[in-house]
Amino acid sequence: MTADDSRLSINTDLARSVLVAFIRDELGRHGFTRGVVGLSGGIDSSIACFLAAEALGPENVLALRMPYASSSPESMEHAELVIDQLKVRSLDISITDMVTPLFDRFPDMSKVRRGNVMARVRMAILFDQSADFGGLVIGTGNKTEILLGYTTLYGDSACAVNPNGDLYKTQIRQLARALGVPEVIINKPPSADLWPGQTDEGELGTTYERVDRLLHLLIDERADPSAAVAAGFEAPFVKETLDRVRLNHYKRVMPPIAKISGRTVGYDFLYPRDWGT
Amino acid sequence: MPSFKLGLAQVNTQLGGLRNNLAKHLDLIDDARKEGVDVLAFPELSLTGYMLQDEVPSVACSPTPEDEIFGPLLKASRDLDLLVGFVDVDERYRYYIAAAYLSAGKVVHIHRKVYLPTYGLFDEGRFFSPGETMRAFETRFGRMGVLICEEFWHASSPYLLWLDGADMMLFMSASPVRGLTDSGQLQSVAWVERVNQAYASLFTVHIGHAVRVGFEDGMIFGGRATAFGPAGNLLAAGPDFQEGLTLAEINPDMVRQTRVRLPLLRDERPAWVARQLAQIQQSPATCPSGESQ
Repeated sequence: MTADDSRLSINTDLARSVLVAFIRDELGRHGFTRGVVGLSGGIDSSIACFLAAEALGPENVLALRMPYASSSPESMEHAELVIDQLKVRSLDISITDMVTPLFDRFPDMSKVRRGNVMARVRMAILFDQSADFGGLVIGTGNKTEILLGYTTLYGDSACAVNPNGDLYKTQIRQLARALGVPEVIINKPPSADLWPGQTDEGELGTTYERVDRLLHLLIDERADPSAAVAAGFEAPFVKETLDRVRLNHYKRVMPPIAKISGRTVGYDFLYPRDWGT
Repeated sequence: MPSFKLGLAQVNTQLGGLRNNLAKHLDLIDDARKEGVDVLAFPELSLTGYMLQDEVPSVACSPTPEDEIFGPLLKASRDLDLLVGFVDVDERYRYYIAAAYLSAGKVVHIHRKVYLPTYGLFDEGRFFSPGETMRAFETRFGRMGVLICEEFWHASSPYLLWLDGADMMLFMSASPVRGLTDSGQLQSVAWVERVNQAYASLFTVHIGHAVRVGFEDGMIFGGRATAFGPAGNLLAAGPDFQEGLTLAEINPDMVRQTRVRLPLLRDERPAWVARQLAQIQQSPATCPSGESQ
């Protein structure tokens, strides 16, 4: 068993046509023809914006830029490149005035807490603007961050539909190239930009290439941890990754409801989200 | 037996929207009629949508002229034969994924899905009862057999229909396609196509495969209906990911030609197979009992 990069290579034309059809069809089932994307200037939200523009038409996509005082100016510039290239609608709403009172009241707030507040305020703005625009929120989270839980619950993970969620970060990069996402966005170090100098790979303690190969082996190919070690991954890295996937599972499912009645939502009241559409 | 035109209707459906789905059927039947189609096949659960879950009991239909869904379909079948997918219910309130073959205003055959996938992303066994028979039936275009999705992932299913005289097999599915790689086709699409081609070749029969399109809760129904001839040759293929009507000219003489050259049916030994199978079944360690089915 090997764990080479080629297993993660995807046919980007096929991915593109499926994901464009997905956005159009899933929104259409619920009577929507418009979408809203929180555009950070990073690769994931850029892809979501490209796919939404292709699926719905640029005039039906609203890209929201929601900077904070410490956000990198580059993030805004890169988001602008996408807006200009796609000719989607756009709106800038700074979150600084919204989050500052809370940060001032709790001056000892850790940067992770502050980051979570910022992500959740952005979520509130996205959903509010989606109501005004008459569209649905298009999610941007990729498979790597969903599996590792590298996301804020009810923050950046909140959306109505997510075209990116079954593509690993390294596959997102392949798709980004095929879609024509500006190279400067594809090539910069991925970052949630919640505090200066933050990078995904710095926080995760590994590279996306490495962890994606491992996750693909463990999840998609259903390999045993021992097989992953035999394929060349260090045993502690395999264990940490699996622990991380397990410990963050709560972010991927609805919270449990105490089942005390004869028929309970989620247990034996079972309907798809697309029920009746 | 004269040639006939097979139509494969590739549709998206509304979950539980029987009337809207019926209207779409009737529209496509009109289109097919204009194209001179003789037999028009729809995909699995074409009248109800696939991911029904707890909605199953409320969307069951009765394939009778009095039924508000089947009445118009039976009427439409007066001049072209129809195969439609629906939820069937028996007198003891057991629900089935089913297919009805309609011709000349009458129900010719009902097939209830025997193999219900209940693993991975599938949960059919939770909501449906398994059918108990798999039989071929006579039509004005020769003897046919119908299989629904998971059934033709089991080689035993087309084998039984073959021995029961089916020279035309109609497959219908609403299977979520999956498996993105660097290939131009999703893995499951390529797999199904390979298998159908193999069945057509091994059983020297015609195969038509009617496929769903659209999305339900993120699951993709990919389209690309196909028809294969008895030499394993691709006769027609529908579009990917969009609705459409795929047409294939079925020439029953191709079955004769192929079997003269390749007498696989003549040389098949069902009685010997049955004896071997009976012996093999004595070894539960290696042979699944299927009792839970």
